[in-house]
Amino acid sequence: MMKMSKSKRKRLIYNCVTFALVIVAFIVLQSMIANKTITRSLKGQLVPICCWVVMAVSLNLVIGISGELSLGHAGFMSVGAYTGAVVSGWLLRAFDMQDPTLRLVVAVAAGGILAGIAGTLIGIPVLRLRGDYLAIVTLAFGEIIRNLVNVLYIGTANGKLYFSFLNKELPADVTMLVDGAKGAVKIKPISTFTAGFVLIILTLIVVLNLVNSRAGRAIKACRDNRIAAESMGVNVTKYKMMAFVTAAVLAGMAGALYGLNSSTVVPTQFTFNQSINVLVFVVLGGLGNVLGSIISATLLTVLPEILRAFADYRMLVYAVVLILVMIATNNPIIRAWLTRLGNIFRHKFQRGTEKGGAAR
Amino acid sequence: MIFLDNLINGLSLGSIYAIIALGYTMVYGIAKMLNFAHGDVIMVGAYIAFCGLQYWGLPPVMAILVAMAVCTVLGVTIEGLAYRPLRQAASLAVLITAIGMSYLLQNLALMIWGANPKSFPRTFINSSILRVGELSISSATIITILANIVIMVALTLFTSKTKMGKAMRCVSEDRGAAELMGINVNRTISLTFAIGSALAAIAGVLLCSSYPILQPTTGSMPGIKAFTAAVFGGIGSIPGAMLGGVLLGVIEIFGKAYISTELGDAIVFAVLIVVLLVKPAGLLGKPVREKV
Amino acid sequence: MKKLFAVLMAAVMLMSCTAVLAEGEAVTLKIAHIGPTTGAAALYGLATLHGAEVAVEEVNAAGGKYKIELINEDDEHNVEKVINAYNAALDAGAQMILGTTTSKPCEAAGAQGYVDRVFFLTPSASSTAVTEDKDNVYQICFSDPNQGAASAQYIAEHKLGTKIAVIYNNADVYSTGIRDTFVEKGKELGLEIVSETTFTDETTDFTVQVADAQNKGAEIVFLPMYYTPASMILQTAAAKEYKPIFFGVDGMDGILSVEGFDTSLAEGVMLLTPFVATSADEKVANFVSKYKAAYNEVPIQFAADAYDGIYILVEAAEKAGITAEMEAEEVCDLMIAAMQEITVDGITGSMTWDATGAVTKTPMAATIVNGEYVFE
Repeated sequence: MMKMSKSKRKRLIYNCVTFALVIVAFIVLQSMIANKTITRSLKGQLVPICCWVVMAVSLNLVIGISGELSLGHAGFMSVGAYTGAVVSGWLLRAFDMQDPTLRLVVAVAAGGILAGIAGTLIGIPVLRLRGDYLAIVTLAFGEIIRNLVNVLYIGTANGKLYFSFLNKELPADVTMLVDGAKGAVKIKPISTFTAGFVLIILTLIVVLNLVNSRAGRAIKACRDNRIAAESMGVNVTKYKMMAFVTAAVLAGMAGALYGLNSSTVVPTQFTFNQSINVLVFVVLGGLGNVLGSIISATLLTVLPEILRAFADYRMLVYAVVLILVMIATNNPIIRAWLTRLGNIFRHKFQRGTEKGGAAR
Repeated sequence: MIFLDNLINGLSLGSIYAIIALGYTMVYGIAKMLNFAHGDVIMVGAYIAFCGLQYWGLPPVMAILVAMAVCTVLGVTIEGLAYRPLRQAASLAVLITAIGMSYLLQNLALMIWGANPKSFPRTFINSSILRVGELSISSATIITILANIVIMVALTLFTSKTKMGKAMRCVSEDRGAAELMGINVNRTISLTFAIGSALAAIAGVLLCSSYPILQPTTGSMPGIKAFTAAVFGGIGSIPGAMLGGVLLGVIEIFGKAYISTELGDAIVFAVLIVVLLVKPAGLLGKPVREKV
Repeated sequence: MKKLFAVLMAAVMLMSCTAVLAEGEAVTLKIAHIGPTTGAAALYGLATLHGAEVAVEEVNAAGGKYKIELINEDDEHNVEKVINAYNAALDAGAQMILGTTTSKPCEAAGAQGYVDRVFFLTPSASSTAVTEDKDNVYQICFSDPNQGAASAQYIAEHKLGTKIAVIYNNADVYSTGIRDTFVEKGKELGLEIVSETTFTDETTDFTVQVADAQNKGAEIVFLPMYYTPASMILQTAAAKEYKPIFFGVDGMDGILSVEGFDTSLAEGVMLLTPFVATSADEKVANFVSKYKAAYNEVPIQFAADAYDGIYILVEAAEKAGITAEMEAEEVCDLMIAAMQEITVDGITGSMTWDATGAVTKTPMAATIVNGEYVFE
């Protein structure tokens, strides 16, 4: 009984710290914007950082908590980004909806819904597979989505949406919203940092609640021992699906926000490499560790910008840093040494092992 | 006639995928890791061969041998410096390190050889054209397919007949037991990387003989396709990598030729998904029995 | 803002120091080059950067009214990163931007610049979306539709053939942009497109595309693409013993200087281009020799565009009376007005601009004979 409440308290503290950190960061940055002490460069990165944080947290739900290696997460992001761009463009042009906040909310919701549908369709076959085979199929779906989007044409005229696939056969008077390889065009950027913050909070509420709920325990049980979970009467497919689709919805919402932050979105932004980038955030932050994902997504998005001082060498330095950090945090000898070095950090490292060890 | 032409092109492309896939599959089988930097070792191999031919005036065979030697050293070095410290770590940590290594190799190549593409010189591999009826087949196609067969036979013999090869199979079967039996696991893994990387150099030369543009990113897409091929055939299986690679190449060419060039890659991946749904461990992969 | 102010103050102080020390009163222009200097598109970004560097050195050595401080920011050919690069450039005190090198990033950064009022002169971003709906972006290269139409026109006028195959990169804005107008204009002029096939940036195998053109009996193969895939297509065609007329666009320039490329494969290739590195023109020869000396490479068209870009910016700045103290917002409108008044004779031709930001210059048709460009 005593032990139960202790672990519960630990969890509560962890959740509070996570929320507090995000909220404090938001307030600090907002006040920096208000008194103009923020650099242009950092200000421009705020919305993308929010999007990558949501991407990392949602992918962590699949990889860290559900224990399935997904390599196609950027595919859901592209579904969201395109949907967001089309919905926002359509609302503006067909219904003359001028209020950017309302448009953003509708677009982000639509992005989430469509990505959720895609997630469901993909999840049904994918989750029958295991391990690396599952990874390669998610990779394949990510690439298929990109390939299809590349030959998709959507335009709007007189309040109607026109779709065309492979060949651009649309009425002459349409305003193009999605133009094949040219991507989603003529987007009016409406994303704001506040919207990004709200989305992060929403993601945290969803993910942390899911993880700590009955369903979350079932998902983790499936991850840790599928057969044991199955024999206890847990419907493995259902719970894995729940994690996968939730992650897809969140990725779609992040995608919509990301797409509406720029005047244009291209299919090449959502390649396999982008999925890998998010995977790096997740692994570096610690599998199953939501706070870790937030921190690593933020740092790794900002890092290449800080490394601009290295000019042509910056991507080289980035690669070296990545390798060294992975070795330093995963090599048992170096880790033991680090642990001894600072007893203050001991607590954090233990959490890393305990959560990270379970998933593959 | 057109069908035959496409088939030959598909076999040629598929053979290149197959040779690259062999590198993936061997390393996976023994070290249980996805070596994402493999595609970039191919690129390095091609660059070294290019330098040999273009700058140092070596005869083609020598250039290939030098490239193989450099890649072998490179592969073993990468393994020793970056992967060995992570032998006990979760496989995802190793995967990310491999990705970091891939970025590192690409950016080093950008620094050393510049961003301008190089055209791989003509050698005996791609200098002549064979005519059979209406078909004209490049010698590169024939040499690629032949090399593929030779490599597969040699590798199969190596792993089944030699002591080192048997040690490799032991390590792949059960690393702990192999160690108990006195097999030097680290040395065996190094050897695997050495062979995989030497094959990568050959793959690089063949890739660039058929598709002669050489850039720092040359290895990445064929690398991903070959990785797909390795999984397609059943990762860890040598004949599987071969079959997967060849089939992938043929499907890609047929998909483009008969359905649509726009959707070529989507078709390849769709076929892959269908196959994996029917045979979840790949074409020739051993289904893993779960211990309860 | 504070930082910007601080940077500007520092610049002013530095300026006043140099003004005391040096004899001339050169005004320092801070120009930021933005382009992909790493990643898959690095070859284009490095070319524009190097071309600009050659010009900056000349301008600074000549000791005219302006001295140039060139800032370089890498955008990785990525629509997200380009905004970071753009912001970093402004943080570093850039007054105007030479860039960005590639079309999609330029579209995104240009739109942001339109809101912030920052002047862009892009050496090589050629899609119409780059200049559309914004008054702050000017181009040095031809727009894509312009090239597509000109190519169709040339083929029809010179009766090179009527059966045409088009191979294009359907994941690339440049390629699809030219292809769209080429096909449209071609139909108008009675050209018959017998085969149309595509590829993407990751494609390594072109056998299907070439075989389709060959089997459908195309006499001309139109290649709206950069020289890297084009050289693969030429090699594939040679292996299939297929010898149509290959017709390229300005992205084709550079094919002869690819290291290791067998130039006999490009024999008879025709292209429309404003710049060729082997030209006998004095200015071109000067640029090419300096570029070769500095970077040990033959410059491609991108480098030439950026080289011209620096001279255009200097000329426009002179006309607009830009001073070192001006901030980017102030510079923008002055430059826009000045651009429409100037005429610049560069190494890529004689150029003028209208309010849309598109350039007016004449392309030349060249044929490759014995590994050299020959103009008609």
